Amino acid sequence: MIEEVTQEVQVSGVTVTIDGTGHDIVQDIGFALGRGEVMGVVGESGSGKSTLALALLGFARPGATITGGRVVVDGVDLLALPEGRLRRARGRKVAYVPQDPATALNPSLSLATQLTEGLGVPRREALPRVKQLLVDVGLPGDDAFLKRRPRQLSGGQQQRVAIAMAIAAGPRLIVLDEPTTGLDVSTQARVLEMVRSLCRSRDMAAIYVSHDLAVVADVADYVTVMYGGEVVESGSDRDVLVRSGHPYTRALLAAVPSATHRHQLVPIRGRAPGADEARQGCVFAPRCDHAVDACSVTRPLLTPGPSGTSVRCLRMDEVARTSRAVSRAPSARVVGGGEEVFSVAGLNAGYGGRQVLFDVSFSLPRGECLALVGESGSGKTTLSRCLVGLHEEQEGVLTFSGAAIGRTRGKEVQRQVQYIFQNPYGSLNPRRTVGRSLAVPLQHYFGLTARQAESRVHEALERVEIPARLASRHPADLSGGQRQRVAIARALVCDPAVLVCDEVTSALDVSVQASVVELLRSLLSDGLSMVFVTHNLAVVRSIADTTVVLNQGRVVESGVTDSVLGNPTHPYTQSLMAATLEVPEATGR
Amino acid sequence: MSSLMTRVSVPRGGLSFSWLVRRLLLGVFVLLLVSVLLFLVTQALPGDVARIILGKDATAEQVADLRQQLGLDRSLVVQYWHWLTGVLTGEMGSSLQNGEPVVDIIGPRMLDSFALGLISLVLILPIAVVVGVFSAHQRDSAWDKAFVAVSSLFTALPAFVVGMLLIALFATSVLGVLPGVSNIPPGDMPWWHPAELVLPVTTLTLMGVMYLGRLVRASFIDAMNSEYVQMATLKGLSGRRILFRHALPNAVAASLPAASLVAAVTITGVVVVEYVYSYPGLGTAVVSAVNSHDLPVLQACILVLATAYYVFNLLADILSAMGRSR
Repeated sequence: MIEEVTQEVQVSGVTVTIDGTGHDIVQDIGFALGRGEVMGVVGESGSGKSTLALALLGFARPGATITGGRVVVDGVDLLALPEGRLRRARGRKVAYVPQDPATALNPSLSLATQLTEGLGVPRREALPRVKQLLVDVGLPGDDAFLKRRPRQLSGGQQQRVAIAMAIAAGPRLIVLDEPTTGLDVSTQARVLEMVRSLCRSRDMAAIYVSHDLAVVADVADYVTVMYGGEVVESGSDRDVLVRSGHPYTRALLAAVPSATHRHQLVPIRGRAPGADEARQGCVFAPRCDHAVDACSVTRPLLTPGPSGTSVRCLRMDEVARTSRAVSRAPSARVVGGGEEVFSVAGLNAGYGGRQVLFDVSFSLPRGECLALVGESGSGKTTLSRCLVGLHEEQEGVLTFSGAAIGRTRGKEVQRQVQYIFQNPYGSLNPRRTVGRSLAVPLQHYFGLTARQAESRVHEALERVEIPARLASRHPADLSGGQRQRVAIARALVCDPAVLVCDEVTSALDVSVQASVVELLRSLLSDGLSMVFVTHNLAVVRSIADTTVVLNQGRVVESGVTDSVLGNPTHPYTQSLMAATLEVPEATGR
Repeated sequence: MSSLMTRVSVPRGGLSFSWLVRRLLLGVFVLLLVSVLLFLVTQALPGDVARIILGKDATAEQVADLRQQLGLDRSLVVQYWHWLTGVLTGEMGSSLQNGEPVVDIIGPRMLDSFALGLISLVLILPIAVVVGVFSAHQRDSAWDKAFVAVSSLFTALPAFVVGMLLIALFATSVLGVLPGVSNIPPGDMPWWHPAELVLPVTTLTLMGVMYLGRLVRASFIDAMNSEYVQMATLKGLSGRRILFRHALPNAVAASLPAASLVAAVTITGVVVVEYVYSYPGLGTAVVSAVNSHDLPVLQACILVLATAYYVFNLLADILSAMGRSR
């Protein structure tokens, strides 16, 4: 970044502080970006990346204040502008694309109104421009479409509208905050392609905030890695993701699963710091494998490191010398040949009279993991609800341990087929302690008293690596990953034969996802059988023995995971694999 | 106003024709139940109607004659059927008190009551929106805190206490500027006597505004904290546009179902308020009919009130269903 003077976007020293406590949510953030370039900002939840995204528009959420720094776009420092001029700069100089357009678009205003307002020209003049914009982002640019309300669009269409809205006033910088997180892989691929081509054709700089390293690798020219409100590493796309010099970046990369090959996922120990903790020294030191005593005392500066990136680490030379070779999973588990524990034959199911599953059949051998893969609307959630008997409109034969089971089941079958929900924030009773939540199924299925249940509760918590002392805590005291472990423990106390896991890692950060996937894999080694429902092919590759691909309620392909993902025969599976993004492979240096 | 807590049941998928038909049929059924209940309760009132009409000095023979004439000697089911068919064909019988047809008695009183309710509603809705939005906009200011406190107080007070307080303040020696009794002469339209209307309308309006205003305040605060308002800010829109175009329509839409529940309560709140001010409406008619054991008038009045309440409840359901499907 030698020609820093001519850079279109220059950010330096941006700091956002919590009003009450004076702690910084993000601290001293700086980078520069040229025309048409895309900067990826990577971080897990709590890293301050969304706060930074908003600060780039001179905005802080209620309860926080931007306390310092410069955001220079096209020669103007946004943070130095008075309120009125800052307002006019928003949209024209710098624009924002939200994470969830379903809530960020106004439900009661038509698209025409939302797209034309704030452009500073009469609606009649703005409309032809807006129509052209809609065509540019791949939407119909006709009057009928413009009359629609946001709710009448699909998620992908809403996100395209949000992007069209952001570029309507011709900004020089566009800030995208996790814009594809809620989208299917194929929709995501199209949106990413669109972002890239828009930046190129309009010569516009972009900041792309995401927790997904693969997405950032795909879209960005430069990558900034954030941790605990600080930039820990920054540099060009390939330098950061392939020759990463910071221990956190490396740890993050080791936790990311790959759809092309199975490797062991390495979770990051400990938990991310909150913004309300006072800190000293290196912010990553408590979780770092390379940390020495000095790390907890001296705060390192962001300096050019040996691998071509800027790194905030005291020991970057030592880190650079250790290799970042990916460890292949010793996946020598014998697949196939096991007796069948659960099977589905000719399952049809509907929702409100509309059929969503058509003649679905598969079988799950004992001790194996079967992945149900599909995009939203494929019927995978309905299917998993059928498996545990939660769904009413269904017909077909479900067999468990050699006996046919219906929708209403005996206690014994219920106990042996357990369900783990997607969202650990909603599936645990917030008013019950962890211990109570685990004791309830024990009382129900085994008739144990609370006292008798206690030792088994502790056993189950130990199994999922939750300290037994947390049994007296409420879910609100736990992190997302811990909650999901508790949810798994609650299924385990029932001593089940089959676990049905519905997208259990999709609400978690990658480092936490890694630990949950590794936990589930160890449960498989214990002899448990598992149905793993997901849209994430990389997770499938890292855990599933066999894979069933669902498309619009029908099984389009099934078989051993390595052959289904490695050599897909159905066009739908092929398109899914093509749309799934990969972090560039480390070359072993 | 605890009846405002009535749960609004709406279809999951929004408004549909078959849902509306089902709701209407259900409503007819509910009103039928009300009529049965009403008939049974009025029958259970102590005292023989014929005896009450004829007075203590009447002979047993005279009483028996009158009982036969009124149909009181027939079975309850027959009496109910006779009464119901009468109501449905507009033949509601005549008052036991003075022999006038019930229709003639409650017709003008319905007009008076609905005039009172309607004028109050026309005032409640805009005032509640303005007060609620203003209070939300000035959130945590002295005005906002005062409004929340006062409105909680009013929600807790029964209507007649509020009425009494207003009378004490405006119609007695304290200020003495308004009539405390709103006795509109028979045959006059209520709006010919604006001074008499002020206190009853104020009572109802105060009660409604205090409740609805607080709901509007809450939904406006929700709207201002929403992501679409944050997005509007990030788009660089003016404060006024964000307030009136982005936040207000959503906030008002969210309070609409509650508004029609307030309307339902206002219609029935009329009963109490009328009695406090001796306003000649359905409410006072109910009270005097109970006192004089005038069953036909009592039954007719209560049926009218129940129907009005039901209609506004249905409106609330339809509005929130529309809100969902929007």
